[in-house]
This record gives sequence, C-alpha cells and structure tokens, in this order.
Amino acid sequence: MDRVLFGDNQFFGVNHMSEEKARAQAMRFQEGGAIIQVLEDAYAEGVKAFMCTTHERMTEICDFFRANRDKYPDYVFYPCMPYAHKYANAAAELGMLGAVRSFLPEDNKLGALLRGGMSLARQDVEGLARLLIDAEMKMFAGLNTPVIFLQNVATDFLLGLGFDEAFKIFAGWVRERYHAEPAFITMNAPLLQRRLQSAGIENPIICANINKIGFRMCGGMQAYEELIAAGRCRLVAMSVFASGALPPREALEYVCKFPQIESIVFGASSRRNIAQTKQLIDELTHR
Amino acid sequence: MIRAGIVGLGKMGLSHQSMVNAHPGIQLKAVCDTSGYVLDVLSKYTGVTTYTDYKKMLAEVPLDCLFVATPSKYHTEIVELALERGLHVFCEKPFGLDPDTGFRLADIAERKRLVNQVGYHYRFVGAFQEAKRLLDQKLIGDLHHVRIEAYGPVVLRPKGSTWRAQKSEGGGCLFDYACHAIDLTNYLIGPPVAVSGTVLNSVFSSDVDDEIYSTLQFGERFFGQLATNWSDESYRKMSVRLNFWGTGGRINVDRQEIQIYLRNAPQTADGFTKGWNVRYTTELTRPVWFYVRGEEYSAQIDHFVQCIETGATPLSTFRSASDTVLIAAMLRQDAQMPRTAIARGAAGVVAGRGAAAPARPKSFVRSLLDRF
Repeated sequence: MDRVLFGDNQFFGVNHMSEEKARAQAMRFQEGGAIIQVLEDAYAEGVKAFMCTTHERMTEICDFFRANRDKYPDYVFYPCMPYAHKYANAAAELGMLGAVRSFLPEDNKLGALLRGGMSLARQDVEGLARLLIDAEMKMFAGLNTPVIFLQNVATDFLLGLGFDEAFKIFAGWVRERYHAEPAFITMNAPLLQRRLQSAGIENPIICANINKIGFRMCGGMQAYEELIAAGRCRLVAMSVFASGALPPREALEYVCKFPQIESIVFGASSRRNIAQTKQLIDELTHR
Repeated sequence: MIRAGIVGLGKMGLSHQSMVNAHPGIQLKAVCDTSGYVLDVLSKYTGVTTYTDYKKMLAEVPLDCLFVATPSKYHTEIVELALERGLHVFCEKPFGLDPDTGFRLADIAERKRLVNQVGYHYRFVGAFQEAKRLLDQKLIGDLHHVRIEAYGPVVLRPKGSTWRAQKSEGGGCLFDYACHAIDLTNYLIGPPVAVSGTVLNSVFSSDVDDEIYSTLQFGERFFGQLATNWSDESYRKMSVRLNFWGTGGRINVDRQEIQIYLRNAPQTADGFTKGWNVRYTTELTRPVWFYVRGEEYSAQIDHFVQCIETGATPLSTFRSASDTVLIAAMLRQDAQMPRTAIARGAAGVVAGRGAAAPARPKSFVRSLLDRF
C-alpha cells in the first residue's frame, strides 16, 4: 500500500465536527469536476491512491480516470463498500429484503433468480454477497483496485453479530474475482483483529481511527497501541486529526512514531492542505 | 450475566442485536422475527436461537430482559407480556401510539421495579447532554424561545411499501420521526404545556403525514416552534437541531457541536467567555465499549445494562416516552381542530398608519391550556 492515501469524506458532505461545514462541502463538490480537480492536485503532490466509498457519484470520477489512463498511469483506487446510507434508506423504504433485492444486478442470471426470491430462500448467503460485491465494483471496471475495503458500519455490524463467516466470504471473493487484498475498516480494531485471526484471515489490512486523543478508538488507546506493537495486521490510520480536534503536526507526530502503521488516510479540499499534510507525513516518516 | 432476548429484527432490531451480542455483560439467548429468511441466516451463521412467535420465546427461554424493536403498533402487547413475566424491557421509540397505555405500562414497570427504557438515543448524544447541563444551570438566563428542527431523507417518493408509510401500523413522520425531536425537547427543558397552530402535512405519502409544524408553549413568556420533515433529501441522514434563546444569550446544538453565545462572561469554571463559544463532538463524546453506528446507540444499551445491575432509573423511561407520545397526540389533535386564521382581505383588519394593533386577549394562555 502507498504510505499516504486520499480519503473522500469531504466530497460527500461528511464532516464529524459541523453540519454547516458538511453542507458547504456538499455544495462545493456538487459537480464531479470539482472533485476531479482536487484529486488531480493530490496526484501532483504525490498522493496517488484514492480510498473511496462506492457512492453512486464515484461513477463519473471512475469514468474520468478510465479516459485519462495515460495521464495517470499509476493511479489506484481502494474502493470501500458498501455505501451504507444507500442501503439504510432503501431498507426504510422497501424493507430489508426489498433493499437487498433492489441492488442486485438485473443482467445476471443468478441476480434475476435472487430478485425473484429464489436463492434468498435457499440461504445462499455466499452467492448473494458475491453479487452485491460485484454490483458495488461495477463502476471500477478496468481501473486498478489493489485493495478493497469493507466499510466500518458493515464490518462492525457483522463483528457484533458474530457473523465471522461473512468476513471469509468477503475476503475470498475479493481475492478470487478481483485479485485484490481484502481490507476492513472498523471502530473496534483490537476486537476485529482477534476475530479475523481466529477466522483464519492472517495479517489482514485493518483501517481504524488512530489519533492522539483516542477519538473513536473502541477498546481503548492501550489496546490499540498493543495491537500496533504486535504487528499481526497491516494498519491504515484514519481520523488522525480526530476530525480537526488536533493540530496537524502534533497529530501526525503521534501516528508517525509507530513504524508499524503502514498507511495514513486523510481528506482535504485545498491543494495547500494536501501539500502540507503530505510533506509533514514524509518528513515525520523519514525521521 | 444478563440474559437477553430481542423481538423484531428490522433495521433497529438487527443493530441492537449486534451491540447486545458484543456487550460483555449480556448473553443473547434468543431472537424473534416473522421473517423466516433473516432468522435462518442468523441461526446458521451466528448460532443464535430463533423464534417466529414471541410468546413461545418468552415461555420457553429463561430471560432477564427483552429488547422490543417491532413496528410501533405491536409495542404494547409485547411489552405488557414481558413485564408480566418480570423482565426488564428496552423498547424502541415512540413507545406505543397511545399515551394512556404508555402511562399504564410505566405504572406496571415501576410497581414491579423493573428497569424500563425507550430507545430515544438522542438523549445519549454528548452534545445534547452538554446542552442539558448548561440549560439546567441557566447559563443563558431565562429562556423565551426555542426552535426545534428535524429533517432527513425517509420518504422521498409517493410509493412506500413498509409499515412506516401506513397509518394503521404507526407510520408517519409525527410518531416515527418528530417524536425524536419532541422527546429531546422534553429531556432538555421539560414538555410544553400547550400546542397550537399545528400543521400535519403530506408531501409524498398518501396515508400519513410527512411534515409537522407547530407552536409550542413552555411558560407564560416562553414559546417554541417545531419543524420536522422526513422528506428532505438534502440531508444525508436525520439531523436534529435545537436553538435556544435566553435573556443571557443563545445555544445552538446538534449532534456534532454546541455553539453558545453569552452576553456576559459567566461566573462558572467552564472556561466560557463572553461572545461565541463552540464545543465539538470530539470533546463531548464519551468512549463506548463497542461502536457500530454512533456512540449514542451503544451508550443507551450499556446504560440499560447498568440500570439493571444497579437498580438506577434510566435516562429515558416508559414514563418520559409516554410524555413524548402525549405531546405527539396533542399535536395530532390540534391539527384536526378548526383553524383560526386571518384570511387575506378579512373584514376588520386595518393596515397602515394609525391603526391600533389588535390587543392580545387576556385569556390567550388560559384558553390554550383549556384545550387539553
């Protein structure tokens, strides 16, 4: 994985600090062109991996990078699936199974059967999961996706249920069909690592909040620091600035003091911020 | 170890299952739903014992507590049976659809000393708890106005096939959505004494209301306005915001932050200064043992467990939830009353210079109160 990954919260009106700021960002990034401009800026600053939700608006971003492959030959996408609100809103409107059915592909034989309720009745969870993964991955066809993440709301929901088999199904299909590394976003990293290990998923990529104030690090900072030290997973640190609660240098000094942390993901809207953060990470990494 | 069961495995029920199952103090013994498919998958992959009939589950499985997350209209009968069997109960909001029944259930639970909690999770959001603390100490003086708003994307087109779109099932924005905002208001400043000018309007739904607007009265000189709309696509998810105006300043609060404007520097040791003060969720949120979808959802379950263990009264009880349902019922009744409105061009309305402002009738407040 690249050392620095670019995140996408700022593009889709996600801001953990302020709804007003989130709305202002949603307005600024209403047009795909505004998002692409920032991604191009990030690329120019050497940030060449985009960790992005499988939000429907990503389609036009994918189209752009497909059309400009020669300009960005080494650009990589790390898709994060599913875009949970899409499912949650559909579930409120169509019910649980109705929502699942509505996202299944129509142009696929098994999909058509599932839509008709066939293999839902056969409890073919694996077949269903594969179809849903494929539906989420469709927009990335022809692009380089070396790592594929399961979003935290899905990971942590399954983790709580004890549905560990789902992690194996996800990991298996991501490897087999997409030749990609399966990865997991979580707010409960120490617990997840133990459970993935007992499910036989060795040295998994885990993306979790890692920040100096312990914001959303469930299990406690000590458990996180032990997890980092143990080196049994490949870690991606997110929310390193704790949604802006920490000044950049102080925040990054904390994360960069752990050589075991492989990557850092951050989001920014201006080239100046991107450059500043990238340079800080480079400086603190090579210390 | 507290032995728990869950009835109703929709969005909320499943999310409760995930958190309950991960709680070190609870042992999840059985779940119940009418969807055979969901039960088959859960039983096969998580090993949980499943039932399609909650009565059978309660009869066969020894439990200490029950989580109820069915569509609203089934809350009463399930909760009643659970209380009869001596179980502590966590029920999803709104907590039935009729306040009298709610108060009756509260009486039973209190008499039997059973922990009774309702899933009004906004009471567990750090920023709202901070607002409660500051309002209780009268940081912004005497309140004279509050604006209560809740918007989000639930019903965005005419067709809706779930229970939320059906009046008979307890659907509609008032009971299913506005109740969150009403309950939060009750928690922060106590329930309104009267409501007036209520509008229940449909935007897309054919059978239920999609938006509610009303004037609430909290005191002789303290009025509020409620605005809720679940057909607003511009929000990514439900957003609840309250703005308070007091003689000493103002407080704006939502899930993410609390903004406080103070006319004078306070004497308290909180570090507040004259003018604007902002506190963010990162500093107001207490850590939880397990996170799925927001600290407040985890925190309310942990709180329920702690109340069972210590015998404490929950932050959100059957009684407080019934107060909320009561306000919702008042809003519904008010909306059905004949409107008193001044029509454009009505006789007797004199505009322009020299016209005397119509005097507010002395009995205005009294007449509002008398309506209930």
